Amino acid sequence: MNSDLGLWAVPIAVLGGMLRVSTPFLFVSLGECVTEKSGRINLGLEGTLVFGAMAGYGGSYLTGSPWLGVLAAGIAGLLFGLLHAALCSLPKVNDIAVGIALMILGSGLAFFFGKPLIQPAAPMLPGLSLGAWSSVPQVRAALEVSPPFLIGVVVAVLLLFVFKRTRIGLVLRMVGDSADAARAMGYPIIPVRVAATAFGGFMAGVAGAYLSLYYPGSWNEHISSGQGLIAVALVIFARWNPLACLGAALIFGGAGALGPALQSVGVTSGYYLFYAAPYILTLVILFVTSSPRKALEGAPRELSITR
Amino acid sequence: MTMFPLNRRRFLMAGAALGAAPLVMRSRPAFAASLTAGFIYVGPRDDYGYNQAHAEGAAAIKDMEGLTVVEEENVAESDAVVKTMESMIQLDGAELLFPTSFGYYNPFVVDTAKNYPDVQFRHCGGLWTDKDPKNAGSYFGYIGTAQYICGIIAGHMTKSKKLGFVAAKPIPQVLMNINAYTLGAKSVDPSIQTQVIFTGDWAMPVKEAEAVNALVDQGADVLTCHVDSPKVFVQTAAGRGAYVTGYHTSQAPLAPEKYLTGAEWHWETVYKMFAEKALAGEELPNFVRGGLAEDFVKISDYGPAVTEEARKQADSVKAEVMKGGFAVIKGPLKDNKGNEVVAAGKEYPETAIELEKMDYLIEGVIGSTS
Repeated sequence: MNSDLGLWAVPIAVLGGMLRVSTPFLFVSLGECVTEKSGRINLGLEGTLVFGAMAGYGGSYLTGSPWLGVLAAGIAGLLFGLLHAALCSLPKVNDIAVGIALMILGSGLAFFFGKPLIQPAAPMLPGLSLGAWSSVPQVRAALEVSPPFLIGVVVAVLLLFVFKRTRIGLVLRMVGDSADAARAMGYPIIPVRVAATAFGGFMAGVAGAYLSLYYPGSWNEHISSGQGLIAVALVIFARWNPLACLGAALIFGGAGALGPALQSVGVTSGYYLFYAAPYILTLVILFVTSSPRKALEGAPRELSITR
Repeated sequence: MTMFPLNRRRFLMAGAALGAAPLVMRSRPAFAASLTAGFIYVGPRDDYGYNQAHAEGAAAIKDMEGLTVVEEENVAESDAVVKTMESMIQLDGAELLFPTSFGYYNPFVVDTAKNYPDVQFRHCGGLWTDKDPKNAGSYFGYIGTAQYICGIIAGHMTKSKKLGFVAAKPIPQVLMNINAYTLGAKSVDPSIQTQVIFTGDWAMPVKEAEAVNALVDQGADVLTCHVDSPKVFVQTAAGRGAYVTGYHTSQAPLAPEKYLTGAEWHWETVYKMFAEKALAGEELPNFVRGGLAEDFVKISDYGPAVTEEARKQADSVKAEVMKGGFAVIKGPLKDNKGNEVVAAGKEYPETAIELEKMDYLIEGVIGSTS
């Protein structure tokens, strides 16, 4: 039934982990990328993610359709994004402080409404088997890909195109780079930022639905282990480039699978260190790619952390 | 002129008097005919796991005459539990506390017990010794023996001769379960191995799912776990087509076809005993332990896949255990580094205190304690 692959099991497991674990990172970081391009930072996406996980699970359980669950999670996320955007549009409101408040609010509301959803089983999103060509069961299992992951890849490419080649992307970048220039050109600043933050919230909600409806596929209060927060950091790590966000999400997903995979082939000591691998990797990449001359290249100038 | 003109000074005085009233009126009952018991859980009460097992025990004694139960969930193993205990004592008047998570005991429960000598603390899983405060104590169930019987079922059901164990942290109780499970399986076929993956914490859904995938990829076909909430574990393993044996409470509803059996807690027995003694004003024991024979733990009903042969062997061992004195850990026994850990002829029945300090994985387990 199973063939013994020896050490080959590790790269296969890391590949599988990339495809399974990366999706929440990918969605949150793409959404946050758009939000930050408009000159705002939404730290509350962790709370939105948790609420989205609950709303997605609840939506799927109540309607019987996991896709309606995903939609419900997206809409819930959109509302959280709108709330953040509306609060930050008031004069002298700090977006980081609002984000932290919304992070706690989102988790708290999700725990409150999610209590009756822990026990029941909701219908799950189906997976696509891209590994049917292989006779090795491990490869087939690793290539069991979720539709949201493929959608995320398409969105990453689309966003790159929108940023670089379209009028909407140009307006978004202008609002994020220089509010004065946008104002002089007659483009509305606040509506653009509200839309960008709402989009970010929508994506984070969908990311939450992925957690509760596909992998690991369950709603409980520990469902997110900080993916929402890490994804916000990934955007900076990826220098506000959607394709780099995809790469960063894949690296983090694969690194998360490394610890269990190494233990399964018999490398059993020091697993706490392997679990820290994604974070060590981040430090190394940040160190290697840093440069005193081109620091924060691509950073939106209006962002409160870079201004 | 009115008799009691309501001015600011009077209003403040009345307010202060009202505010202070609970301080004066709160008095301890002369005899314990009524009692408030507080239960503290580290996770959600309905997690299909560790916390649900405790909450079911608490729910079972809720209706006892004179007893009030207060509960708080999601309390971290940190200063947070001290705050929760103090608020249960000071605001709810709790006189008997059950902090149920392993990491609460030292230093949090021990220190709080020193500060509140009138309140009784009974902690789940800790190792109470004579040096600890007399108003503290610990209780636990010998679930390792139940895991041994689950291991027998697993040993009959595995075709690949490889079992998988998803564990949280390498503490003695977890190591005991891994070893007992492996010994149960090895009693069926000595060539069976158990592969362990430690996730590093009690509730890590994504890592637990990754661990299940890694184990199945390595050929394990019967899996079990020791994490707080086995819901994700059971669903992922059954989704990959592996058999599972459960832990903490029955997860059979999550995977009716793939669920073989499981080692469950039965805390109702313990909580009823403590509550009855406390209500009657009797002294509470400091060190409480029990196993299958004492009804502290139980075994899930066998699933439909379990073969007749497996049932027969498991039932006969269970009957042996019920007689008392059954030893899962007995010599000669080597750990998985080749050192002898139990000498030939030596036996540790489940009550042996040495087992609560276990720091090795036996021969046949693939894994490491650090």
